[in-house]
Amino acid sequence: MNLNWLIVLPVVSALAILPFSQLKQVRSIAAIGATLQLLLSCVLLYVFMQDPASGMSGSLAFESSYAWYKPLHIYHSVGVDGISIAMIMLTAIVVLAGVLISWNMEKMSREFFFLLMLLSAGAYGYFISTDVFTMFFFLELAVVPKFLLIGIWGSGKKEYSATKLVLMLMGASALVFIGLSGLYFNNASGNLSFNMSELAANPLSVEQQKFFFPFAFIGFGVFTALFPFHTWVPDGHSSAPTAASMFLAGISMKLGGYGILRVATTIMPEAAHYYSPYIIVLSAIAILYGSFATMMQTDLKYINAYSSVSHTGFVLFGIGMLTKTAIAGAVIQMVSHGLMTALFFAVIGMVYERTHTRMVDKMGGLLKTIPFISTVFMIAGLTSLGLPGFSGFVAEMMVFIGSWENGGTLHRVATIAATASIVVTAVYILRAIGKVIMGPVEHEAYFEFKDARWNEKTAAIILVAAILVIGITPFLINHLITPGTEAIMNKLVANP
Amino acid sequence: MNYALLSALLLLLPLASFVVLGIWGRSIFRKASGIIGTAVLGTIAALSVYIACQYFLVDGQLNGTYQPIIALQTEWLKFGYKELSIDIGILLDPISVMMLVVITVVSLMVHIFSLGYMKDEERYSTYFAFLSLFTFSMLGLVISVNIFQIYMFWELVGVSSYLLIGFFFTKPSAVAASKKAFIVTRFADLGFLIGILILGIQTGTLDFSTIIDRLSNPQSEAFISMTSAGFLGLSTLTWALILVFMGGAGKSAMFPLHIWLPDAMEGPTPVSALIHAATMVVAGVYLVARLFPVFHLDEIAMSVVAWVGATSALFAAIIATTQTDIKRVLAYSTMSQIGYMMFSLGVSGYGGEAGLGFTASMFHLFTHAFFKSLLFLGAGAVIHYVHSNDMTDMGGLRKHMPVTHATFLLACLAIAGVPPLSGFFSKEEILLAAYEGNKAIYFIALFTAGLTAFYMFRLYFMIFWQKEKHYDPHHGEGPMSMKLPLIVLSLLTIVTGFIPFAQYVSSNGKGFDTHLHLMFSIAPVAMVIIGIGVAYVLYQKANDKPTNLANAMGGLYKAAYRKFYIDELYLFITHKIIFRFIGKPAAWTDKNIVDGTVNTVASATDDVSFMIKGWQSGKVQQYAMYFFAGALLLAFIFIYLWH
Amino acid sequence: MVPVSHILLLSTALFFIGMYGLFTRRNMIALLMSIELMLNSININFVAFNKYVWPGQLDGIFFTIFIITIAAAEAAIAIAIVINLYRSHLSIDVNDAAELKH
Repeated sequence: MNLNWLIVLPVVSALAILPFSQLKQVRSIAAIGATLQLLLSCVLLYVFMQDPASGMSGSLAFESSYAWYKPLHIYHSVGVDGISIAMIMLTAIVVLAGVLISWNMEKMSREFFFLLMLLSAGAYGYFISTDVFTMFFFLELAVVPKFLLIGIWGSGKKEYSATKLVLMLMGASALVFIGLSGLYFNNASGNLSFNMSELAANPLSVEQQKFFFPFAFIGFGVFTALFPFHTWVPDGHSSAPTAASMFLAGISMKLGGYGILRVATTIMPEAAHYYSPYIIVLSAIAILYGSFATMMQTDLKYINAYSSVSHTGFVLFGIGMLTKTAIAGAVIQMVSHGLMTALFFAVIGMVYERTHTRMVDKMGGLLKTIPFISTVFMIAGLTSLGLPGFSGFVAEMMVFIGSWENGGTLHRVATIAATASIVVTAVYILRAIGKVIMGPVEHEAYFEFKDARWNEKTAAIILVAAILVIGITPFLINHLITPGTEAIMNKLVANP
Repeated sequence: MNYALLSALLLLLPLASFVVLGIWGRSIFRKASGIIGTAVLGTIAALSVYIACQYFLVDGQLNGTYQPIIALQTEWLKFGYKELSIDIGILLDPISVMMLVVITVVSLMVHIFSLGYMKDEERYSTYFAFLSLFTFSMLGLVISVNIFQIYMFWELVGVSSYLLIGFFFTKPSAVAASKKAFIVTRFADLGFLIGILILGIQTGTLDFSTIIDRLSNPQSEAFISMTSAGFLGLSTLTWALILVFMGGAGKSAMFPLHIWLPDAMEGPTPVSALIHAATMVVAGVYLVARLFPVFHLDEIAMSVVAWVGATSALFAAIIATTQTDIKRVLAYSTMSQIGYMMFSLGVSGYGGEAGLGFTASMFHLFTHAFFKSLLFLGAGAVIHYVHSNDMTDMGGLRKHMPVTHATFLLACLAIAGVPPLSGFFSKEEILLAAYEGNKAIYFIALFTAGLTAFYMFRLYFMIFWQKEKHYDPHHGEGPMSMKLPLIVLSLLTIVTGFIPFAQYVSSNGKGFDTHLHLMFSIAPVAMVIIGIGVAYVLYQKANDKPTNLANAMGGLYKAAYRKFYIDELYLFITHKIIFRFIGKPAAWTDKNIVDGTVNTVASATDDVSFMIKGWQSGKVQQYAMYFFAGALLLAFIFIYLWH
Repeated sequence: MVPVSHILLLSTALFFIGMYGLFTRRNMIALLMSIELMLNSININFVAFNKYVWPGQLDGIFFTIFIITIAAAEAAIAIAIVINLYRSHLSIDVNDAAELKH
């Protein structure tokens, strides 16, 4: 199957939105587009699983390539493995849920849905690219529209947050680009090339890797809230409108982790070994520090944003551990966190729409008046604190087991620190649940609230279902991503 | 026989009941939810009794030894390291089968009781859904084949307990209690998790039987590597076992991780009977028993288990003598009895007669489940009638509630250890094991037995005797659904003591005979009689003696009444130290230092551009001047400096 | 024959007079006139060098004619700008047209 459909479809739906201006027309087109995207990714998953050769051998499936600018050896080449497919599914689910959540976006609805579709095109393009230049192009495509989404439809100090987010991500992109240029000019084949498999086959010398790895790693790391470059996360997430927050935390933060796996560790394995202790220390700090910082927040969106810093810390932590289990855990954590945090932002949006506040101290007893939303809130919370049966547990346990395989003192200490975060997570999640949905009903007006409408229910159910599928049958996703993680692992083992 | 199908049904039925009641309980099954839940429980209780009969009497034994049967095992999640994988399966061996019976029977009784007790609740169906979830998780816990499976269900029982404690969620105290229970046990589970990691990575497997195989043989490779390497003076094996035990101690409310249990009494009383008396809180004991073949090889870990158990038993008994909330007294007594089970494991040897402690512990777990849930359900009936938890609001209830009175008295006698009730037999075995294993613990246990009799009868006299208060019940003693479980449990309390338990449950699967040593029984029974006598003197009629005695005890009484300030200590640590010295600085650092740097970079850029923007004056003539100066400069460079 | 240095002196003087005018005057018409002066000083240079260095060729003369043409076009545009500026700002002082600064 031709992977470019994944880019064409969102672009076409974005363009199809433009002639219309009524909310009803616009949102139907967006919903149809998002549904088609989800169907297409399901088809992709199905076809991929049908073809065991491409699924299990670790090489990429459905590869194709078009010259984009031949003199500079830039090709638009695409291909997927299990990891990409997992991320594509995540994107499709989050985008559909995001469209449903924004069902009543009155303000400039055409532009809003247009940008949302454009973002998803960027994300799909990013996940299917096998050429690092076009990958970079799509990375930028998934950044810039966020400025408008936050700046126009945001709340609070939105201009500040939008500027900060875009500037920090652009700065990160600049670092990424330096890393990519290093690969382009210095690979061992002597040819200028952006192609991933060529780069991986002709790695840089160890000295060059040591020089360029930090650029690529930190650049991508900023997207994944690498400590101490994470401060765009809380401000950006909290100012963004609900659907943008969902996209931002659910997908954008995964772009970095995916990039690190694909570009940094696979193409520069020796440097990955060399820098592994630094990665572990930084991510362990992010995990613990993020969770302690969350404990002190009072705004629901800040709580979720800081907890995202802590949770995506596990992604980098797993990657830094350089064992098969930990890397698989990191990938599952990316998917799991994407779904969970999208669900959390969606439910925060629903709560905010009704109570007009996001301060935990000012709410209470919602379980009594809006049970559906409150139940979803609780599910999101329990997923976040890693309850078995939900996706977070699987991911965290794989990361822990994978980390403990490393015998060094640093690894052990860092792993214990990371496991300690599950207690802190429980503290802040239960505090939020206890204050917001439990306790006495805060205002008389709360009894007038309407529970979730059909669109909110559908969005929540889609996300919860995906979380449960990973949580209850983790062997499925493990089976899906294993060839991909094994390919990465083989690279790492062969180049200690 | 087909254990796989039956035991899988055992798990799936309550799960199905949870899903159905959880989703449609508020709409379709609003009225029927109680009946559905109870019917499911009735079915699985029958199933588990059937399985138990089959296992113990028909085909569990091979050459006089009970063999573990793995009825079902599937790989759930494979890790890419050695043989590590999380398997979900069903393991039937004497202790798990015994637990199946305990859980399903007590849960059935609680379901029936709740039909009447929770009748007027708005969230009636949710309540039964949660009960089903709990039953499912607890059953999944006891039949685990894999140490990670037990950890998963361990967390699930934790969350069901959280949901049920916080069932009356509009009450702030219930919310706080549920939160506390979850967080404290979660903290303990952190230890459990790290223990699992150590055990799993060192032995290369997470499967219970393989772990036991590899570690129970002192010549094995895994055992040698784990005992030779160490950290801070303790071997890796000791660390692993102590950390695993930490998880067990948290769930079983052992000192000093017990603080959640008394608060957990905020939940509905039948829930306390099920979760916080009979089943979930003994999960820690069960965990140690499950790994007993490994535990008994490590002396340090065993003595930790023994001393933590003994301390908790005594400590809780002392606090229980001073409390006035009926459910809190029962909560502390639960903690104390679990302490008995724990130290009994800790002093036990392995195999045959030497493993008496193990058998005694399991026996006590078994009998305690019935009489303690009976006590809680009785307390529930009393609370239902009086509408208060406080013993000072009660008195003279024996005339108002005859059935409750009789069954409660029976349970009090059983827990105190009066022959020939079940508690007598099991406690006797524990004391005997302690006498043989560790004299110091034996004396602590003996003293605690006296205290137990005292505080239980203090409770009994204060509720059912003393002066009658004014009651305003809108109903009688309660419907049949509330009386029936009391009667059934009383019968079980009488009968279960006569089961030749050691024949069925022993540390290595080989049954042995136990004998009643009359001479040995004198001391404990005397202690019990003294305890009851003191309670009778002090509390049978309302008088000043208890107050005078309390005043005479002074600081000790006050300390015990305030639960030895452990709660305050925890509050101090969490609020004053963790919040103030870790949480706040982390948030502050993030806002001012990390983010401050980002903002400083931005504002510095801004400042620089502000400084140089003066050059952009908008005056054409100035621009021309710059241009001319530049041209001159270039001319100068090209003419004189460029060669 | 007049030595070339005399002519160069004249053109330099004209150039700097023009530049002085360009830098100091505020009136835009005066600025335009100053620019014309500078252009003409260049023209003189071209003619002079053509005459003294390559007397057989006419390249310098051509350049001069180009410059005169362009100067005429430029003056037309500049005066159009000045008129428009006067209409909008009611002034032809160059400092009054400072909207683009900062």
